[in-house]
Amino acid sequence: MDLKEKLLSSFLVFENQVDIDTYVHDVRNDAIKIFEEKGFPTKKEEAWKYTSLNKILKEDYSVFPQQENAIEYKDIKKYFIHDIDTYKIVFIDGKYSSHLSQTTHDGMDVCLMSAALSKPKYRILIENYFNKAATKDSLSSLNTAFSSEGAYIHIPKNKMVEKPIQIVHFSTGNESATMLQPRNLIVVDENSHVQIIERHQSLNNSPVLTNSVTEVFTNKRAIVDYYKIQNDGSNASLIDNTFIKQKKESVASVHTFTFGGKLTRNNLNFFQEGERIDSILKGVTIIGEKQHVDHNTLVHHIEPNCESHQDYKGIFADSSTGVFNGKVIVEKEAQKTNAFQANNNILVSDKATINTKPQLEIFADDVKCSHGCTIGQLDESAMFYMRSRGIPEKEAKALLMYAFSNNVLSSVKIPEMKQRITKIIANKLGVDIGFDL
Amino acid sequence: MLKIDNLHASVEDKTILQGINLEVKAGEVHAIMGPNGSGKSTLASVIAGKEEYEVTKGNIEFNGEDIDELAAEERAHKGVFLSFQYPVEIPGVSVTNFMKTAINETRKAQGLEDMPAKDMLKLIREKSELLEIDRKFLSRSLNEGFSGGEKKRNEIFQMAMLEPKLAILDETDSGLDIDALRIVANGVNKLKSKDNAVVVITHYQRLLDYIVPDFVHVLYNGKIVKSGTKELAHELEEKGYDWIKEEVNA
Repeated sequence: MDLKEKLLSSFLVFENQVDIDTYVHDVRNDAIKIFEEKGFPTKKEEAWKYTSLNKILKEDYSVFPQQENAIEYKDIKKYFIHDIDTYKIVFIDGKYSSHLSQTTHDGMDVCLMSAALSKPKYRILIENYFNKAATKDSLSSLNTAFSSEGAYIHIPKNKMVEKPIQIVHFSTGNESATMLQPRNLIVVDENSHVQIIERHQSLNNSPVLTNSVTEVFTNKRAIVDYYKIQNDGSNASLIDNTFIKQKKESVASVHTFTFGGKLTRNNLNFFQEGERIDSILKGVTIIGEKQHVDHNTLVHHIEPNCESHQDYKGIFADSSTGVFNGKVIVEKEAQKTNAFQANNNILVSDKATINTKPQLEIFADDVKCSHGCTIGQLDESAMFYMRSRGIPEKEAKALLMYAFSNNVLSSVKIPEMKQRITKIIANKLGVDIGFDL
Repeated sequence: MLKIDNLHASVEDKTILQGINLEVKAGEVHAIMGPNGSGKSTLASVIAGKEEYEVTKGNIEFNGEDIDELAAEERAHKGVFLSFQYPVEIPGVSVTNFMKTAINETRKAQGLEDMPAKDMLKLIREKSELLEIDRKFLSRSLNEGFSGGEKKRNEIFQMAMLEPKLAILDETDSGLDIDALRIVANGVNKLKSKDNAVVVITHYQRLLDYIVPDFVHVLYNGKIVKSGTKELAHELEEKGYDWIKEEVNA
């Protein structure tokens, strides 16, 4: 039985197992129909031209991990930003881990999707927001059909959330191949501000496929800073579908740091539904071996006087492959839009590949839109300059790569997060850089 | 200290150096002059270990050791320093962080611990004052957006920080106004001692009024065709290079 059939037949069992209200039930039933009709995307589709799911779909995934697996905090501490106080919503093999989490209902909700989907007090919010940002593509629909657990965050208006919120999904690999479909819903009301860090981490070498959907609603003048750390093991694949709806004068930023994983696909979508909105999309990708990373972004400018800033840096070693496909749509009404996009890449090996494609669809006439992509090698003259000062080749390379990523790193607002990313990069490059950028 | 014997070097099959012989002893200042394209910068790069250049014949000895096979950083660790004619811009790395890395990597190679942060700051302060460098300048990205003069001053600042045994100054005077030239030359002179040596590569005699050479060599077609004392530099300033070319070609 192939994975699609397995999922379709599991759906019937799943739908009877969970306790949910009829609204969500209907949404799920519609979603499975979409998935049944469309199936998994193939390279024949323009948006999947350079990324094939074929290999990773061949595994015999267990679709509903049954076993409860416990992990000790000390064993996984390193996957958290642990030197500052944070809220934590932690999952092990798709199941909520209360002893690793630190949630709250004190003036806001930082808790579980399963609770939000089943308890009557959340019904109105769920009806207003659940599946209202996600598009009806096959993978998001698949997630919607199976959505039952993940993070649920609701920040009411005028609230500055002082501690960042970490959403961490662990997979233990105890049931061999595992497929996970976390579903996150984040609603940030007027004038509120929240910082979120998300990570997916496998703890052994069993194959994992995560098909995640995150919906973020950034209401009037709200600020959301979202950080994604993707540094998973060599058998873990991630399809991250993130949808951000912004209301007027809001600012939403997503930083995606991709250093590991077998196949990583980021579908990052911004919808601007109001004036004077700012959307920020930044990423640093440093991969090697046979890793594959695909950033597929969309910024939909619908109203006038808005901005978007995209800045993606990629460093590709060995036989790794990268894709950047940045789509910007500027509707006819969206006059005075400023949309900027940059994608710079360094290929460190002859066998590494990057496919980069800007896609601009502009229907308004009074706009500033720019895009630029570069593909190059490390600057030889800079290398000689640094080495002639006593900096060895490996360290000089690393320093140049840091410098290359610096624009993106410097806009990370949580210092501990920035330090962590710097350390991961140093680790990845096998060097010890004695300072933080 | 530096002994170059019958050095031939080429880049992409084009021979540029065709038998250089040069000996520089500790405490000496040598000037290498010569017309454009004579191989001056190539010589500097070959000594510093630039990989694009291939040494096809001859060798370079530094303090009694063959260094032709050593990587650029290993030569730096032994005390070779090259002040670049065109310093490279490195956006994203500040002058301070660059120097910290360079010094600590050199110390590591010499089996020493990292320099304590306090000592590093003190050293940076001391040396930046010597080159009259504004403190703000040190937190800027290395060479990015620096004027020609700032870049050259920054090169000598790096030299002051690293305290090399042999400093090769490749056209450090080009792009400098007279004030900057004085500051740079003053810096170099203060760093001079009986234990180190300086090789000044220049087109013009102007810099040699400030950094006074013990020996002057003329490089032409990849060979040292004439050597003398500082008076030779004056003669070249007056008469140009044509008489040398004629002498060689005769």
